[in-house]
Amino acid sequence: MKKSYRKIFIHIFIILFGIVMIYPLLWMLSSSFKFSQDIFTSKTFFPRVVTLENYIKGWQGMSGYTFGVFLLNSVFVSLMCILGNFFCCTMAAYAFAKLDFAFKKVYFAIMLGTLMLPFHVTLIPQYILFNKLHWIDTYLPFIVPKFLGGQGFFIFLLVQYMRTIPRELDDAAKIDGCGKIGIFIKLMLPLSLPAIISMAILTFLWTWNDFFSQLLYLNSIPKFTISIALRMFIDATSGSQWGSMFAMSIVSIIPLFLIFVFLQRYIVEGITAGAIKG
Amino acid sequence: MRNWLKKNGAGYLFLLPWLIGTLIFTIIPIFTSLYLSFTNYNILNPAHFIGFQNYSRIFIDKKFITSLIVTFKFVLFSVPLQLSFALFIAILLNKGIAGLRIYRAVYYIPSLLGGSVAISILWRQIFNKEGLINGLLSKFGIKGINWIATPSTALYTLILLAVWQFGSSMLIFLSALKQVPIELYESAEIDGARGLRKFASITFPMITPIVFFNLIMQVINAFQSFNSAYIISGGNGGPLDSTLLYSLYLYQKGFSNFEMGYASALAWILLIIIGSVIGLIFATSKKWVYNQDE
Repeated sequence: MKKSYRKIFIHIFIILFGIVMIYPLLWMLSSSFKFSQDIFTSKTFFPRVVTLENYIKGWQGMSGYTFGVFLLNSVFVSLMCILGNFFCCTMAAYAFAKLDFAFKKVYFAIMLGTLMLPFHVTLIPQYILFNKLHWIDTYLPFIVPKFLGGQGFFIFLLVQYMRTIPRELDDAAKIDGCGKIGIFIKLMLPLSLPAIISMAILTFLWTWNDFFSQLLYLNSIPKFTISIALRMFIDATSGSQWGSMFAMSIVSIIPLFLIFVFLQRYIVEGITAGAIKG
Repeated sequence: MRNWLKKNGAGYLFLLPWLIGTLIFTIIPIFTSLYLSFTNYNILNPAHFIGFQNYSRIFIDKKFITSLIVTFKFVLFSVPLQLSFALFIAILLNKGIAGLRIYRAVYYIPSLLGGSVAISILWRQIFNKEGLINGLLSKFGIKGINWIATPSTALYTLILLAVWQFGSSMLIFLSALKQVPIELYESAEIDGARGLRKFASITFPMITPIVFFNLIMQVINAFQSFNSAYIISGGNGGPLDSTLLYSLYLYQKGFSNFEMGYASALAWILLIIIGSVIGLIFATSKKWVYNQDE
């Protein structure tokens, strides 16, 4: 009896605290459907009259480029980064997890080291390099380092995963006449699919939310990603149009939210795997 | 040579993209950055070697000292608070209650979205003079201030934003808690241990490796924090430099003033600071982190 009282108490606490946690988000959502002049004056949480005014106004974007353009730019950059990480990280992870070669331990230590390295240390030389290559105001500074190098976090994640694939499977494939490339493509990639999906989703989330490097490298409006467009929006409207700013903020997080709803499992696994098995 | 290739060829083939990329985008830049930190490079003119001048300038640079204090304050408040909330909620969710998946999702959503520009915009709004917080306060007859434009409170709005994103640490704690062997609790219960005692003598010691992991990751993250401070302060770390996080100052020096030599020196100081803090945490770890192999 006493146990069930305690459980009810826990439920109530978790629900109340959860509401406090997501209240700001709900408030932004409801405000985005209010008339601009009502957002701060209205006494109720729900809009008096639901209006799409903010969405229509906000969508127009700036200098003739709609938010559709910025969304597509972000989608493009994110997809290319996923492709790059897929190419580079799966290959490197296979080498680390299953193959033997000289200085493997040294390389692995370097890979772990890059995980901990503050981005500031490589920031300025990278900027100088990309500047010399005339890559400023293109997407290459985000994409090329994914194809060449990848992200250490994902290599580590995949190594952890591939190590759990039994050796006997490799051996069986070898007897069937598979070379190392064959084993990689026909065996490792399909068997690592859950970890690869986790990698793809987290790459998407991080690229989508990235602000710093996009701020650094993008400077013409047609190339803006959603992050940069939103930040320009604040400057351009100087705080007078909170309604459309909220509306476009909501639009910018819808893709993240959808991915989360449908693929939650892979996000949870991606985040916890490195910590728990490591 | 042929033997070497036979033994190592496949490994190097698969490692090649990583190897090339790491060399070009990480290893060479690390050494370049170290070299630049001893020059007065500003992207327009060639670099001149100036010895330790950047470093000696840094230590009398008032803005550097300010940004260091702001950053330490940010790390010292946000990391422990974030981890405490994460652990506390993870423990509650681990009590075998119904609806775990939904609760877990609700608490994770702030982490999912928190790094985005959208949330920084929202935060800027919430703590405005006419924002959500003051709207709620006014219902109790309290007239709130503009939290973001007031130097004594601005940083705490950023700390709160960081703490609000405790979801990913919580996920990691949650899966660690699930791995604590149930037999340990059973035998403790036979010995008459209850609630808090069980936590102190079983749960916490068993998950200390994960506490350690989360602590290291969050400290590294917190020292590099940039997005929210940049957007909420409008890019200048104001008011009165009260939100001038280290990354923000480095960005200003490197990319507004184009003092790239100086900014490189700042980067190396940061590396040394983060390295020392992590080293310190490692040094204390023997005293409090439970090691299964022993």
